[in-house]
Amino acid sequence: MEFQTLSSPHSERVNSVSEVMSQVLLALLPAIIAMTYYFGWGLLIKLVLASLTALAAEAAMLWVRSRPICPALLDLSAILTAWLFALATPPLLPWWMTVLGMLFAIILVKQLYGGLGYNPFNPAMAAYVLLLISYPVEMTSWLSPRMLNEHLLGFGETLGAIFQGTLPAGLTWDSIAGATPLNEMRLQLGMNHTVSEIRQGPLWGSYGAKGWEWIGNWILLGGLWMLYKRTITWHIPASMLGSLLLVSLFFFSLDPETHPFGLFHLFSGGAMLGAFFIATDPVTASTTKRGQLIYGAAIGLIVYIIRTWGGYPDAVAFAVLLLNLAAPTIDYYTQPRVVGQGDGQHG
Amino acid sequence: MTLPYSHTPNGRVLWTFEGGVHLPDMKSLSNGTAIAQAEIPSRLVLPLQQHIGQPAEPLVKAGDRVLKGEKIARGAGIVSASLHAPTSGLIREIAHHRIPHASGLTAPCILLEPDGEGRWGELPPPMPEFAGLDPGKVIERIRWAGIVGMGGATFPSAVKLAPGPERAIHTLIINGAECEPYITCDDRLMRERADKIVKGIRILRHVLDVTGECLIGIEDNKPEAIVAMRQALDEEKLEATEVVVIPTLYPSGGEKQLIRILTGREVPSRGIPAHIGIVCHNVATAAAVADAVLEGRPLISRVVTLTGGGIAQPGNREVLLGTLASDLIAWQGGYLPGVDRLILGGPMMGQALGSDQVPITKGGNCLLVPGPGELPDPGPAIACIRCGRCADACPMQLLPQQMYWYARARDMDKVQEYNLFDCIECGCCSHVCPSRIPLVQYYRFAKTSIWGLEAERRKSERARQRHESRQQRLERQEQERKAKLRKKNEALQDKPAAEPAADPKKAAIEAALQRAKEKKAKLAQEGVAPQNTAQLTEAQQRQIREADQRRAEAAPHNETSE
Repeated sequence: MEFQTLSSPHSERVNSVSEVMSQVLLALLPAIIAMTYYFGWGLLIKLVLASLTALAAEAAMLWVRSRPICPALLDLSAILTAWLFALATPPLLPWWMTVLGMLFAIILVKQLYGGLGYNPFNPAMAAYVLLLISYPVEMTSWLSPRMLNEHLLGFGETLGAIFQGTLPAGLTWDSIAGATPLNEMRLQLGMNHTVSEIRQGPLWGSYGAKGWEWIGNWILLGGLWMLYKRTITWHIPASMLGSLLLVSLFFFSLDPETHPFGLFHLFSGGAMLGAFFIATDPVTASTTKRGQLIYGAAIGLIVYIIRTWGGYPDAVAFAVLLLNLAAPTIDYYTQPRVVGQGDGQHG
Repeated sequence: MTLPYSHTPNGRVLWTFEGGVHLPDMKSLSNGTAIAQAEIPSRLVLPLQQHIGQPAEPLVKAGDRVLKGEKIARGAGIVSASLHAPTSGLIREIAHHRIPHASGLTAPCILLEPDGEGRWGELPPPMPEFAGLDPGKVIERIRWAGIVGMGGATFPSAVKLAPGPERAIHTLIINGAECEPYITCDDRLMRERADKIVKGIRILRHVLDVTGECLIGIEDNKPEAIVAMRQALDEEKLEATEVVVIPTLYPSGGEKQLIRILTGREVPSRGIPAHIGIVCHNVATAAAVADAVLEGRPLISRVVTLTGGGIAQPGNREVLLGTLASDLIAWQGGYLPGVDRLILGGPMMGQALGSDQVPITKGGNCLLVPGPGELPDPGPAIACIRCGRCADACPMQLLPQQMYWYARARDMDKVQEYNLFDCIECGCCSHVCPSRIPLVQYYRFAKTSIWGLEAERRKSERARQRHESRQQRLERQEQERKAKLRKKNEALQDKPAAEPAADPKKAAIEAALQRAKEKKAKLAQEGVAPQNTAQLTEAQQRQIREADQRRAEAAPHNETSE
């Protein structure tokens, strides 16, 4: 009898890329629900719009490059990019900015470098930075969370705001907009208020800002679930949050009135999302264990530096892109000791 | 963080190795029944190379009748192994036949047609008093028996048992881990023939002059084998020898991994265990050693696991070496419908055979026939997403994703820089890869390419050396020739000038030269310039002269026309 000859191992495989991606998407659900609860329908509309744009751009590029389309769309990586982008941008971002961001992310940052696995930069973060630099006002116009917002927009009103830029009669942008906690803190510190004075304001909750701190909790929950499912390892989230916490604690201990305490940094802006969902993007991150510790710690450090002394209130996207650039070098210098080499004799 | 070691119930330290994967062990499919007895098939195909090293040299020719146990091929050189007739019969021919190889290669084989009687030939005497004998004598017996590593490595055991006087062996490790899923031949062997294995261990201890202890590593998914081996150790009263139960984790049975688990030591890269005072043998090898030394029987059969959802009656069987896979499957009730693969070995490291018309050899521990839907094809590979799961699973702490990248780019220097040759091809990386990339295949490709390049380089190096030595030889010959000539000339100048006249040959030449000169002078007196026409006949010369005269008369016209 004749048989087929495949190369070993012949075992039934235990992982697939689409499984990994769907686990990450699933882990994002608590954060998506929480954000929708606090900031309204905008996020969900953006999720759909960004996902459709990303899939269309991916399919078109694969067609142009004569690559099989279906397997690449089913790996869910384009959807993940879309979701991360949607979560990172303000709820009422004009529709064409979402489309522009996604086209840039998928076409320029991902497919032109060779598609999944070959892009040196995180597509969602590159798109975020492109828009932040080009349209700083729109990219920083957040809403006030539900407890501080008397005019939470309905579904139709949100659609109108996103697609036509119109608000319901009697409402102005100023009446619904709210500064992000990082922006607020930065602004107030700039006006020489002390941290304890600033925290007297209505915006603030128990360790971050109202609404925001709970979104941070739900992101953390999703992240912990991914750790439990071994979708990610602890190295990057722990080192990134750890370094951010340590550095902020250090400056906090030097002068608590001009430097917000550590937990504020972890639960504000993109830190939590960045630590579990963005810096852990395997394609663009460091792959060796020691390298991941360095990679994560450097991101945390740069986030703190830019937040405290830089020109932008938040810096996760910048820090991630900078370290994307350094990842291959970090990997090169942090190779593990191969068994049987060097002075690894035990016992 | 976990400690790199733990303690067994009786206080022994167990070390861990990085990486490894947990697999469904599938052992119950075949380990429930006793080892079936050997049957004699209608023909046996015995490859001359069933081991690492030089192929054996045949001692028989077509038409010879041989008896069971008779040596039919002799090990060629140190690293080689002899071959014995697994049963009595007629040598049909020595010819190329398909061997168990993924590419369906053929190799020289002895084709034996059994007579069905299984008559033993003359065997060497048993050596029950081996403990009083010189280890060299015992090793000689083991070499005679053609024993090789029966866990699959097939390295000649006699070589492994003589690590050299400068390498004292402090620990003997007996590998009963059997970490590959599906395979149960060592499990059954330990359950049923523990006493023989232990006797074999006693012989190995003596031969190696082990100064320290002997550790028998068995994975904890084989409780019956553990009990049987412990009981046999008690009965044999073998001291400083212990069964150590290790956690089930693939590839614990890899030699380097097992040594690490049991001793905490690492075999140096590109080194062998003997470099750190350790020798490791498989349980089946120990049993074969006992057969050879205590009964004078050569290695002519082995236990083979026949398993998988595609075989009617899975189980273990004592198999004469050279039995075709097709015969074995038939004895187990044949294939079930819908099978499309036949794997020699386990699912992780076994090779898929193209045909079942190949023989079982000394290292063949398992035939696995997956049923429909069992061990499915992983499907097409997609791009690497650099998730690093391969690196987490790698028991050698390599970076499989980097090696893949460079192997794909055919950058053979870089892939070696990432320690390609430390890869043991265990398959953990491929198993966990979410992109379903056949990583091990890339490493095999890279290794083979590098070996090819090295062979090529050696060849061109030899050619260069040959060319250079030829150049030198030619130069030397030229110089010798010149030196000779110079000597001759010097010798000529040293001699007095009058002497040449004495030589009649020279005198004749001088006379001829003289005559030619005189003739030239005479022609010159007649007004004829010496021309290159001197050798022509008189008539021809006259014609030429007439032509010259005509030309001289016509000369003025010619000059103007020029």
